Amino acid sequence: MITKLKITTFVAAGALALGAFAATPASAADSLTVVSWGGAYTKSQVEAYHKPFTKKTGIEILSENYSGGLAEVKAQVEAGSVKWDVVDVELSDAIRGCDEGLLEPIDPSILPPAPDGTPAEKDFIDGAITDCAVASIVWSTIYAYDKKQFKDGGPKTMADFFDLKKFPGKRGMRKTPKANLEMALAADGVPPSEVYDVLSTDAGIDRAFAKLDTIKDSVVWWEAGAQPPQLLADGEVAMTTAYNGRIFNAIAAEGKAFEIVWDAQVFDMDLFVIVKGAPNKKAALDFIAFATDTQRLADQAEWISYGPARKSSEPLIGKHAEAGIEMGPHMPTAADNFKTAIQNDFEFWADRQDELNNRFNSWLAN
Amino acid sequence: MSQISLPDHAGPVETIWHYLYIFICCLVFLFLIAPILVIIPLSFNAEPYFTFTKQMLSLDPDAFSMRWYEDFMNKDIWRASIGNSFFIAFCSTILATTLGTIAALGLSRSEMPMKGLFMGLLISPMIVPLVITAAGIFFFYATVNDYIPLTGTYLGVILAHTVLGTPFVVITVTATLSGFDHSLTRAGAMLGADPTTVFFKIIMPLILPGVISGALFAFVTSFDEVVVVLFIASVEQQTIPRQMWAGIRESISPTILAVATILICISIVLLATVELLRRRSERLRGMSAG
Amino acid sequence: MSEQLTTVDGRPLKQALASAERTKRIRAVLLVMPLFIFIFVSFLYPIALMLYRSVENPLIAQHMPKTLATLEDWDGESIPDEETFAALAQDLVKARESREIGKVATRLNFETPGLRSVITGSARSAGRWEPPYKEKFLDRRKEWGELETWATIKRLGPTITTVNYLAAVDRQYNVDGEVVMVGEDYRIYVDLFMRTLWMSVVVTVSCLILGFPIAYMLASLPLRHSNLLMILVLLPFWTSLLVRTTSWIVLLQTQGVLNDLMVWSGIIDDAQRIQLIFNAQGTVIAMTQILLPFMVLPLYSVMKTIPPSYLRAAESLGAHRFLAFWRIYVPNTLPGVGAGCLLVFILAIGYYITPALVGGQDGQMISNMIAFHMQKSLNWGLAAALGGILLVGVIILYWLYNKLVGIDRLKLG
Repeated sequence: MITKLKITTFVAAGALALGAFAATPASAADSLTVVSWGGAYTKSQVEAYHKPFTKKTGIEILSENYSGGLAEVKAQVEAGSVKWDVVDVELSDAIRGCDEGLLEPIDPSILPPAPDGTPAEKDFIDGAITDCAVASIVWSTIYAYDKKQFKDGGPKTMADFFDLKKFPGKRGMRKTPKANLEMALAADGVPPSEVYDVLSTDAGIDRAFAKLDTIKDSVVWWEAGAQPPQLLADGEVAMTTAYNGRIFNAIAAEGKAFEIVWDAQVFDMDLFVIVKGAPNKKAALDFIAFATDTQRLADQAEWISYGPARKSSEPLIGKHAEAGIEMGPHMPTAADNFKTAIQNDFEFWADRQDELNNRFNSWLAN
Repeated sequence: MSQISLPDHAGPVETIWHYLYIFICCLVFLFLIAPILVIIPLSFNAEPYFTFTKQMLSLDPDAFSMRWYEDFMNKDIWRASIGNSFFIAFCSTILATTLGTIAALGLSRSEMPMKGLFMGLLISPMIVPLVITAAGIFFFYATVNDYIPLTGTYLGVILAHTVLGTPFVVITVTATLSGFDHSLTRAGAMLGADPTTVFFKIIMPLILPGVISGALFAFVTSFDEVVVVLFIASVEQQTIPRQMWAGIRESISPTILAVATILICISIVLLATVELLRRRSERLRGMSAG
Repeated sequence: MSEQLTTVDGRPLKQALASAERTKRIRAVLLVMPLFIFIFVSFLYPIALMLYRSVENPLIAQHMPKTLATLEDWDGESIPDEETFAALAQDLVKARESREIGKVATRLNFETPGLRSVITGSARSAGRWEPPYKEKFLDRRKEWGELETWATIKRLGPTITTVNYLAAVDRQYNVDGEVVMVGEDYRIYVDLFMRTLWMSVVVTVSCLILGFPIAYMLASLPLRHSNLLMILVLLPFWTSLLVRTTSWIVLLQTQGVLNDLMVWSGIIDDAQRIQLIFNAQGTVIAMTQILLPFMVLPLYSVMKTIPPSYLRAAESLGAHRFLAFWRIYVPNTLPGVGAGCLLVFILAIGYYITPALVGGQDGQMISNMIAFHMQKSLNWGLAAALGGILLVGVIILYWLYNKLVGIDRLKLG
């Protein structure tokens, strides 16, 4: 009997405790939920965007982390229970989300012009403003190597990456067709401007895979962006494709003897989007307009080595906030680095992503 | 009397076999904790990489630092995450263990109709891929949100983790009960014990290892779960795994090694305390060990 | 007078037994009910709705009604006439105005890659066009002159569809409406299902081989010793999946701890370092370690219920130590073996982060593709179909396992 009583009390107490925790968090209109990738990247956004925005408007920013993709956004929109306002997404997600009606359209006229009066639509680089998204940064898939491993001169071109005879050793590559196919074609002699024309044909796709075949057995496939710097640091690979920001950090802040090869870099963007039916849509628009102005974009580049999406931000970029290095020459958009750059073609990938993903995985497994 | 000790009359084959067996067991234990043996020294690495540098191997003091522990201490979010993770895992474990054990008692009775079907349905939360489960539960929560707020609340995360945890309890407890002699409960009942007493005095002690195993599994499932949390939780319910996976597109901070080391130390202290208390109560009750 | 046997209070014995039997059954069901209702409401029902997405297909019927109507009598052998193109123009313009065109385009693109830009591009232009439309459409995109485009639209007309399930087993409809395999270079799901199953079996067997000896040791040592060893089994639980996966990379990579040790001790030459990770081997090693506790604990808890007297009795009856162990002890551990294998197998099927990080080119698992379709391609219909096949497959395996090994033989009831 006593046992029974104890149990009842316990259950009741538990239920009460749970009830207390079920109370909804106050969703005051003076806050805004901004979702991004976490880690050093979110830190650069907090320093460059969130803090000044809160200071200016008094709107508090709740910063959440996610791991990419739009599954959560789709669920929220379809269920009519939206809790995120602004999300930082990759270009392919911005396009697909907009197609699927998961994102609010953003009128580019809300974006402030450059300090010299150039309208925003001209100031942003090509493709940085889409129906539902505004880009903040340009990042790039490059390849990098450890200078200690190539004492008599390292690789210089994309073709060198695929040349196992001249530069022996393992290669690191991301386990996805995107960027790899472009790089393979560039290494095979296709000029950057024609890469997507070639890729649009079956013969072109075969050609890219044939090029990848030449190094397939020497490739260590990585999955998360955190992996390639680790692979290089361990000497596990001789060279690896990677995101430029992280490699820069390894060189600048951690004193690694890494070298970035910019030839045939494939550059992409991270964009701000607003979830359809966002609870604080007005504040979200204000935030995006604020965060993507010339000065704010330049500020972010001082925290992480990704290029601003506005041309007018370029001259304003100063030194790395912690390492004190001049950031300008390390940007993907710097003139020397940009000569042979390939811009990720979102129309192409939106059309072919699933098909090529299947083909790539099938190729990997066989 | 343990079965593992070598009998006095053991022949040479049995002796060799015996030591070989102990050797194999040691290897398996080593295999189990090998990653931990790596984690602990690496958490003192001065570099932001998961690498044993030459300087570390030559025990150069400059190669070691407390920077990842400082990083952990300086960020409130980590401490909040640990608190949240423990709270959520604890509540969902209690719920899952209670519901799962009671259901296992029913499932293990020979009179239970359509046992296979029920068992299959009850363990299906383990089978359906997490990201589908997470989306499904989110839709469900969104429809009942007006009555009980479940998205972005502790209750929502706890209930979702309870769903994920129950199959573990059901499977382990049913397995433990399968060797259970049901005549014991009848004997108890005939001697005048009411069902609750029968349960706590007769059944519970026998199935306790199974219940504890199931509870542990449920706890760990909740403790290391991130997909459902991403869908359902809001900033307030930040958990350890969510914090660990954050920023993996850029870098994996060795802070996660510091956190892991701290958790390992806590758990060693906890488990050792439990064991000491057990020995103490054993002594007090005048029972012999083992 | 009946000579029926009766109970003390005069009820027929048969009836009394039946009612007692019924009471027992009801009691058993009542015990299961709280959990069942909880799981039904918060899991089974929502998941059923998710899985329903695999056959649901309202988009095309909703947004291309006029086109579909004119395609009703289409022979499938020639390009449709002006009437259909006019209907298409109306549908596209309307869908673009209601901002639904992207969904339609994406849906068609899942079936025939490339149609997305055909649809959105044509919809953008169609608003400015005057009839006749056919020429203009054909000029805009050559795909409008291909039978496959029209066959795809017609095929996706019905609101209930099987295309997702076909895609999930590497099959599709061809222009003539027959089910055919997709091109050789694009086949992936069947292989992935097989590989996932195979990896899970290997991991389960490895866990059993490694777990059984230590579970036996834990169960037979005195508690004061076994509890200390138990801490070693439980410790890995406290380190997150990410930490453990990462530390396996540190241990096993060619420049890693294990290779370093082997080179240092002279077992291998510096030039012959062994590739232990970023391949299937590495996946099996890491997953076995991660899942081993899920095998050890059920084994241990079942072994704890086996009275040691069983073995002693067998031995005192003259059975050889090994024989007694094999014939008496092992059969009694079967429920634990079953539970452990069930847990490890099902968990292994669902794990994809570890294989993705350490598996190299063998690292893709079916759950990985499900996550891809949920998060990146937003093809939830295909994700649901893959998840549904996985669920049904595992339940069939579970059912087979019960038939072969037998719930009752295991005395699960």
